[in-house]
Amino acid sequence: MTIETTPPVRTLAPAARAVEVLGGDFTEASLRRYLNGIPGVDAVGLEQRAAGLGTRSIKTTSKAWALDKIIELIDLTTLEGADTPGKVRSLVAKALTPDPSDLSAPRPAAVCVYGDMVPYAVEALGASHAGRSGGAPGSVNVAAVATAFPSGRASLAVKLADTADAVAAGADEIDMVIDRGAFLSGRYGLVFDEIVAVKEACRRADGSYAHLKVILETGELNTYDNVRRASWLSILAGGDFIKTSTGKVSPAATLPVTLLMLEVVRDWHKLTGEEIGVKPAGGIRSSKDAIKYLVTVAETVGEHWLQPHLFRFGASSLLNDVLLQRQKLTTGHYSGADYVTID
Amino acid sequence: MSFLEYAPAPESRAILNLRDQYGLFIDGEFVDGNGTPFQTISPATEERIATISTANTADVDAAVAAARRAYERTWSRMSGSDRGKYLFRIARLVQERARELAVAESLDNGKPIKESRDVDVPLVAAWFFYYAGWADKLDHAGLGPAPRALGVAAQVIPWNFPLLMLAWKIAPALAAGNTVVLKPAETTPLTALLFAEIVQQAGLPAGVVNIVTGAGETGRDLVNHPDVNKVAFTGSTAVGREIARAVAGTDKKLTLELGGKAANIVFDDAPIDQAVEGIVNGIFFNQGHVCCAGSRLLVQESIHDEVVDRLKNRLSTLRLGDPLDKNTDIGAINSAEQLHRIRELSDIGEAEGADRWTADCAIPENGFWFAPTIFDNVSTSHRIAREEIFGPVLSVLTFRTPAEAIAKANNTPYGLSAGIWSDKGSRILAVADKLRAGVIWANTFNRFDPASPFGGYKESGYGREGGRHGLAAYLTPGRALPGTSAGALTSASTTTRKGAKK
Repeated sequence: MTIETTPPVRTLAPAARAVEVLGGDFTEASLRRYLNGIPGVDAVGLEQRAAGLGTRSIKTTSKAWALDKIIELIDLTTLEGADTPGKVRSLVAKALTPDPSDLSAPRPAAVCVYGDMVPYAVEALGASHAGRSGGAPGSVNVAAVATAFPSGRASLAVKLADTADAVAAGADEIDMVIDRGAFLSGRYGLVFDEIVAVKEACRRADGSYAHLKVILETGELNTYDNVRRASWLSILAGGDFIKTSTGKVSPAATLPVTLLMLEVVRDWHKLTGEEIGVKPAGGIRSSKDAIKYLVTVAETVGEHWLQPHLFRFGASSLLNDVLLQRQKLTTGHYSGADYVTID
Repeated sequence: MSFLEYAPAPESRAILNLRDQYGLFIDGEFVDGNGTPFQTISPATEERIATISTANTADVDAAVAAARRAYERTWSRMSGSDRGKYLFRIARLVQERARELAVAESLDNGKPIKESRDVDVPLVAAWFFYYAGWADKLDHAGLGPAPRALGVAAQVIPWNFPLLMLAWKIAPALAAGNTVVLKPAETTPLTALLFAEIVQQAGLPAGVVNIVTGAGETGRDLVNHPDVNKVAFTGSTAVGREIARAVAGTDKKLTLELGGKAANIVFDDAPIDQAVEGIVNGIFFNQGHVCCAGSRLLVQESIHDEVVDRLKNRLSTLRLGDPLDKNTDIGAINSAEQLHRIRELSDIGEAEGADRWTADCAIPENGFWFAPTIFDNVSTSHRIAREEIFGPVLSVLTFRTPAEAIAKANNTPYGLSAGIWSDKGSRILAVADKLRAGVIWANTFNRFDPASPFGGYKESGYGREGGRHGLAAYLTPGRALPGTSAGALTSASTTTRKGAKK
């Protein structure tokens, strides 16, 4: 006679990555065992390393390169309840011409808006919409937050409809939030299944997929161990990007958290050869801070990761600070906030 | 140019206002030495920095005599709170001149500016602040009421942390009421001489701090001088032995802080990425010129490949070059002599069969350089696992059980420091309890604090520096009053204090 020692386990939704890494009999229990088996994070050591990376001194030619690179990696964002089609058009105009006084300034990677604003963003971008131009140089993506952003408190059906809606309207990228309540209470399987389902909802009519960014909301996960587990979980479930925060919870992106997520991405690449993106979002406002992130990427996963499909900044006010710094480098003197457009 | 190469970001040397020639600092004044002067050079470029005097026997006599006079007439009679004021003043001056001191240190020693700026100089100030606070609280140093200073302290320091070792020696000695004659290493005298200027600036009474420069002969004259009461030495075990022999039979008190061959033990449940950082910090900090460097990596067999792999990746991002560049991680080897020793021992490691791996980095044309190197498959009998290399060279050994890790870690004539990496607190405590080393770091390495005592077991020396223990090394218990025993006095004063509280 065999005795059931554990409650019957659900077999999780099939996800190619997880099956490959964890083996064929992929269950919630095996997922839990795998996540719990990942070595811990020493908070003091992690923060010390991040602080060390933050002391790199980036000057002259490296700084000029870094400033342009930062712009190319920005998801120019507006996520307010008060957003209007006009606000979104204005954001798109800013993305298309970041600095009217210097047309050599590159364009940001994407504009990031709520799902219902996607049609206006697509329309305003016109021929410069990456979805339409096939990602030609200088084209801009439309990213939409979905799955009941920012709290994620809605039924799965609503979340999937939210996602499918944005994709149908022309979103190239979906920024979803994980169910932090489920994650913190240990229901890893639920979180996993949701990501798999949302990924499926990102599927377009032609069979291609919108890029899926999974927001961990690290400010609510509290410990670095949780962040690391959630990162692995999101990648295993099929996320193309792991993203720190919604920007609605404090603390949002921090350098140690981003470093930790980059380490996971590096380890995943080593394990499978696959390249996963990282997006710190919220709280990065100055060029100086953004350069610290570039240094961290370059010294953790390598310079190769400094491309829009592998690294993004989720930010709204960062762009203007970078433009001011850029003007300073070209003209030799500082100008003021009135010399860049406010939105 | 790739972004990772970063454009040069050199710290400006303009802040330095060096003289072309430096004399000895005796009795509050710079005076010419009577020995043959020598040049101090920058190990990164081999360029001359300044000409430095050599103190001969007569100069050392003069310095000790000045220290004796200052001890008898001024310093031993001054109240502790007044001594503390001078030390606080020195600490503040160190902070005010921090950038200048950091640039001078990197120039003369070859260490990266980010270390001299973020570690060495801030710790120097911290050391003076810490002991300044002790100066009027000597009753609580653990030696009973009214402990007494020893007199004149002869202090000889090494070249790896020139200014920091000076602070470790001078701050507790002065707080306890001693006067000092200090000899910096002959390859790194510069910051000690800048410190002499700070002493003048602080208005410290003449003769309380004397600095004599020169090579081994000057040091010998100093520690053998009949009128010194205390000898404190940090440096190699060979010289430490010689000093111990010379001091034996005299009534001089002695503390020695000598070599080390520290084990950095990584268990399989360690936070791997942070452990790799700790290993790098343990052996490549200050080009491995650290007596407590984690030069033996003991890694659990099951994670050996992963750790070594990650370590190599991490070392490939280290930047070797101009010590004054703010982005430099690995600076220059301090001297041609030290470089020769590192090369010699590394060649022996290779000849004995260990697998050598060296980070791929461009070596500047001039100066003394050694790329970060790892030796894998090292066994305990290899010379690179036993002898102190004092350079950026790591020996990797494996273990299977905690007992084996402890046995291998302790299997060395040294015992200065050790590191343990594990997520399990109980294991850290259990292993630390069995390691014979003066300092044990858990999930970190090479961290220093003035409140924490530092010193070694076995051939790593004796005596402690730092904290209350470091203060006690410069004190002797107070005289018992006639007709009372020291014990009775202690309990009497305790009672009084209790009574006063009520």
